[in-house]
Amino acid sequence: MARLIRVVDSAIDFDEALDAVAAPENGAVVTFRGDTRNHSEGKVVQDLFYEAYEPMATEKMNEIVDEVEERWQVRDFAMIHRVGEVPIGEASIFIVAAAPHRAEAFSACHYAIDTLKQTVPIWKKEYFEGGEMWVGETPGATRADSH
Amino acid sequence: MHIESKKVAPTAIEVSVKLFAGAAELIGRRELTVTLPPDATVYAAFTALTAEHPEIAAMRPILRFAVNHDFAEPDRVLHDGDELALIPPVSGG
Repeated sequence: MARLIRVVDSAIDFDEALDAVAAPENGAVVTFRGDTRNHSEGKVVQDLFYEAYEPMATEKMNEIVDEVEERWQVRDFAMIHRVGEVPIGEASIFIVAAAPHRAEAFSACHYAIDTLKQTVPIWKKEYFEGGEMWVGETPGATRADSH
Repeated sequence: MHIESKKVAPTAIEVSVKLFAGAAELIGRRELTVTLPPDATVYAAFTALTAEHPEIAAMRPILRFAVNHDFAEPDRVLHDGDELALIPPVSGG
């Protein structure tokens, strides 16, 4: 049983995450990679920056994995979030769920990314032509789903 | 003269406040300390903060709070040395 939870400030090492979950018991390895996108709600996004409340972010990510392990038979799990400047087209989040069978791995991976977006204290700032904004902070704005 | 030594209840507590994203930009600081009466709540701490930094009051409807890394309701009682964080809408992923 392996668990890799990390907040990093440079490019995510996908192989490290995949290696961490590798085990002969796992017949299914499901990954989710979220990349920074060059558009958001009709605006051209030029640059993105992520900030984390790191100790709490790591704790909340661990809580998600606790829950995932309890609800599905997921043996091994990796969740890496990148912070700082993330150039367009690079990964900001990488999640790997490994389980004996695919149904559990898919469910766990899906649940983990959806829950991360609700509970983990990480913030994204978009820089676009003519401005910048922290996603979700503008009063009345709809919450942008980043991926 | 006889002086009796007694354990005195603290007359004030200090709470460190962490700020992030737009909240940090608004105030121009990422961390500060507030001094509060004993048994002050999260709400009281936020009110004390708005007295010094009125601009943060407008963010109240979108802020969540965390105490010592766990989400907390405004009526949560604070203790000396607690770490209070103002959590704007999260947008990780």
